[in-house]
Amino acid sequence: MVVRAALRRSTYHDSMALMRLAESLRALPGVREAAALMGTPANREMLAGAELSTPEVAGAGPGDLVLAVRAESPAQAEAALASVDELLQTRSAARSGERQASPRTLDGARRRLPDASLVSISVPGAYATLLASRALRRGLHVFLFSDNIPLADEIMLKRLARQRRLLCMGPDCGTAYLAGAGLGFASVVPAGRIGCVAASGTGLQAVAAHLSALSEGLSHGIGVGGRDLSAEVGGVMTTLALEMLAADPATEVIVVVSKPPAGAVLPALETAARATGKPVVLCCLGAPQRPGEGPLWVGTLEDAAAAAAALASGRPWRPREFTDPEFTRRHLAADGAPRRRLLGLYTGGTLAHEARVLLEPLVGAVGALLNHAGHRIVDLGEDEFTLGRLHPMLDPAGRAALVREAGQAGDADVLLLDLVLGRAAHADPAGPLVAAIDDARRAAKGRGRTLAVIASVVGTVGDPQNSAAQRAALEAAGAVVFPSNAQAARFAALLLDRRLEGKLLSGAAPERPVAPSAPSPRPASGAATPIQAPRVINVGLEVFADELQAQAVPVVHVDWRPPPVDAQVVALLARLDDDVELEPAARP
Amino acid sequence: MGMGVTIAGANREALQRLCRARPQWTAMRTAREALVLGERTVLHAGPPIAWARMCPPMRGAVLCAIQYEGWATGADDAERLAASGEVVFAPCHSRGALAPMAGVISPSLPLLVVEDRVNSTTAYSFMGTGPGPQLRFGAHGPEALQRLAWNRDVLAPALSRVLEREGPLDLAAHMAQALAMGDEMHMRNAASTALLAKWLAGPLAAVVTDASQLERILRFLTRENDQFFLTWAMCAAKAAARAIEGIPGCTVVSTMARNGVEFGLRVAGLGDRWFTGPASIVDGSYFPSFSAADANPDTGDSAIMETWGLGGMAMAASPAVVRIVGAKSVAAALETSRRMGEICVGANPTFAIGALEWEGTPTGIDIRRVVETGVVPSINTAIAHRDMKVARIIGAGIATPPLAPFVDALLAFGEAYPEAA
Repeated sequence: MVVRAALRRSTYHDSMALMRLAESLRALPGVREAAALMGTPANREMLAGAELSTPEVAGAGPGDLVLAVRAESPAQAEAALASVDELLQTRSAARSGERQASPRTLDGARRRLPDASLVSISVPGAYATLLASRALRRGLHVFLFSDNIPLADEIMLKRLARQRRLLCMGPDCGTAYLAGAGLGFASVVPAGRIGCVAASGTGLQAVAAHLSALSEGLSHGIGVGGRDLSAEVGGVMTTLALEMLAADPATEVIVVVSKPPAGAVLPALETAARATGKPVVLCCLGAPQRPGEGPLWVGTLEDAAAAAAALASGRPWRPREFTDPEFTRRHLAADGAPRRRLLGLYTGGTLAHEARVLLEPLVGAVGALLNHAGHRIVDLGEDEFTLGRLHPMLDPAGRAALVREAGQAGDADVLLLDLVLGRAAHADPAGPLVAAIDDARRAAKGRGRTLAVIASVVGTVGDPQNSAAQRAALEAAGAVVFPSNAQAARFAALLLDRRLEGKLLSGAAPERPVAPSAPSPRPASGAATPIQAPRVINVGLEVFADELQAQAVPVVHVDWRPPPVDAQVVALLARLDDDVELEPAARP
Repeated sequence: MGMGVTIAGANREALQRLCRARPQWTAMRTAREALVLGERTVLHAGPPIAWARMCPPMRGAVLCAIQYEGWATGADDAERLAASGEVVFAPCHSRGALAPMAGVISPSLPLLVVEDRVNSTTAYSFMGTGPGPQLRFGAHGPEALQRLAWNRDVLAPALSRVLEREGPLDLAAHMAQALAMGDEMHMRNAASTALLAKWLAGPLAAVVTDASQLERILRFLTRENDQFFLTWAMCAAKAAARAIEGIPGCTVVSTMARNGVEFGLRVAGLGDRWFTGPASIVDGSYFPSFSAADANPDTGDSAIMETWGLGGMAMAASPAVVRIVGAKSVAAALETSRRMGEICVGANPTFAIGALEWEGTPTGIDIRRVVETGVVPSINTAIAHRDMKVARIIGAGIATPPLAPFVDALLAFGEAYPEAA
């Protein structure tokens, strides 16, 4: 085994392009491991940790591209490194239809797209605040995919946005839908009359997909980031989004998806929900339900979509544990073995959280770490799994390896999985997963064990991956596939404890008929800025620009590179923006 | 309380002044008259530098000027005098003046005088001496001295009489026309020089009565002297750039210059303060038998061209200059102008470029954009030999100034305009 590394000085590519490059390198003959990273100190440390470091790597700066491979022979390692330029070119050729080079700055992009309305930002967190504040100061909405942004910056940005009645969607916002345009990782869903405010990308995707299955659609899906309802941020964007949806003529019913809001924020949230004058469904995963007047509380993403659809069409609705109890009974009966241990391997963080809050009251504590002793549900999108690799929604290889491992060793006999589809996600996430499930079941059988595999698919038949095809592939591999994550989690509980049958499958679930007690719709106030189809400046991951272009959304991609200066100067650049009123220093 | 000034407002004002400038060549004056230059004072190109640190070609130029002034006879005496501390050195830019390459200005040199009545500014420049051994590359032998003397005794008086007879020359219009004829005004001045000769020819015939003298002047203007107009262009650019000096809250570069050791810049909102870093070795194409190993680091006040949005900023106007400066392709030249647009406040409609669909030249370099993108102004320039005994041009190319002075200027701006309490 040999390690070879190479440097490309002053060469920048976004992280997704680089991780795709690494993925392509790993697929080359004889290559065991490959990395393509910018030469930041953290990345160099990681390479050293992965034993991919060579003297070349030590001399790299943050603006230099580092390439490293471990291969079976020197010739194979060198061949892999030699193919890098070609692999990178294939990537950039895809967008070379444009006559001139991409602009390098936000203002340069505005000259190309003078009526741009939104900036999509997916650069490393250290630079995102500068770009987001600049966008907001220029009167542009922000879709902020970047994470690792300090809380103080988030508060500053959202206050700025609030003052200007602009959306600051994020930080750490994975998905949004504005007037039919999907931003970030978005499923292909029809436009409709349900507006959604979501703290999480997969939560919003799940609601959108469920609505689509119920023949309903989204008017807008506004992401706000996971911290918006914290005491510190105070729900600034959630309340602004609610005001905008209230004023939006296309929106008839509103859904809010989040983790439990901070105690201090809850009253403001309920007040804002009431003030919309429209029916509001609150889905705060893990929060105690609050029956009574006002917004309708629901416990799962599926229920959020179903309740909203019912409210929109004036039908009564009540939560159900399983949409097809017969299907559940059949599969429960078919699974003879008593099951002992759950392992959830998730790519969607909110889906993992939803499963955990559903399961804990039913089967007891559920750990979040791979090496936890009891039941566990692991979010593979967490940083520890994604350092230097693609998010598992983009690269299924990491999870496939864990599924195989579960067949060979460990005590888990129930595997709970999610599969998230949509634009920008992996082209066939079921493919590698199915192969891994086959291997895992064979390996388990060889050890005299069996493995129950339960899954749900978040996506639509319109998605590039086609949810029906993905589901069929999983079923062919012997997975029991449920129409929602919540149902999949409940089925897992049933496998682990048959005594729950009475509670979950008796058909006597507590009646919660919901009258469509919608307050009479208020005329939309003219004060709010209407939410319009976005015209986008994309800074960061190029794939987001590609996906917008595929949706015929006007988009200009910025050929952004990290400013070659330290954090102090980046902060100064943010402060010295165009319209900031200056104060001269007192003369000595 | 804020002072009601925003960077956007200040920079808009700067752009407006740079664009509305209408510099005119109005007169020829000696440095002594024009700048009230004290005896034994020598102004040099670039940011401040002491004799001891000057690059060899600039030392050569100083030796040339000292002999020209008659302060010493012979190079050895001149060198002793220069090192003695009796000669005062200061940057040309400290007096609103300019010297190309390693050039200097001494009291008896005839200077171009350019006035902009719109912005009420005046600038002064060394006047070129044509090809061959010359002060700006450090030549200080008899031939270089002869050229200076001819400029002083023959050419400058003739030009003076032409201006008296014809009135001033509108340089903005002249340069706009030359730009459309393929000059970028820094490394290609073939069109502008021809236009200058055309404008001068008739009046010269009227004011120069000696036929052989007239012939010599016309031959000088029209033979192997294609860069002659550069110092006029520089002087026009300086007159324009002076109009933005001192605008409060302005982050636009008001001066860029090199002295062969350091690159320096000044910022409109930061007064006279220089921010400097090491001058780069020019990435260029060299004349036969010369290479980068012979090159002196980047030098001269001619980067005032880029400061006004010409030269490297206007590459798109000049497919012809692409080969001169060794750029990759005409497409790369177009791309350079577009990229420069990203670090500039706006475009100057006076200098519209056909290849850019009549967009103006990128104008008003904003230090914030430079720092954020790491894209520094691209400077087209000639390359001087590092040895003052060779003292000649050895090629031309594109100089990439260091980023550090732009960062330092931004930090200083942050201190000058601190965060509101």
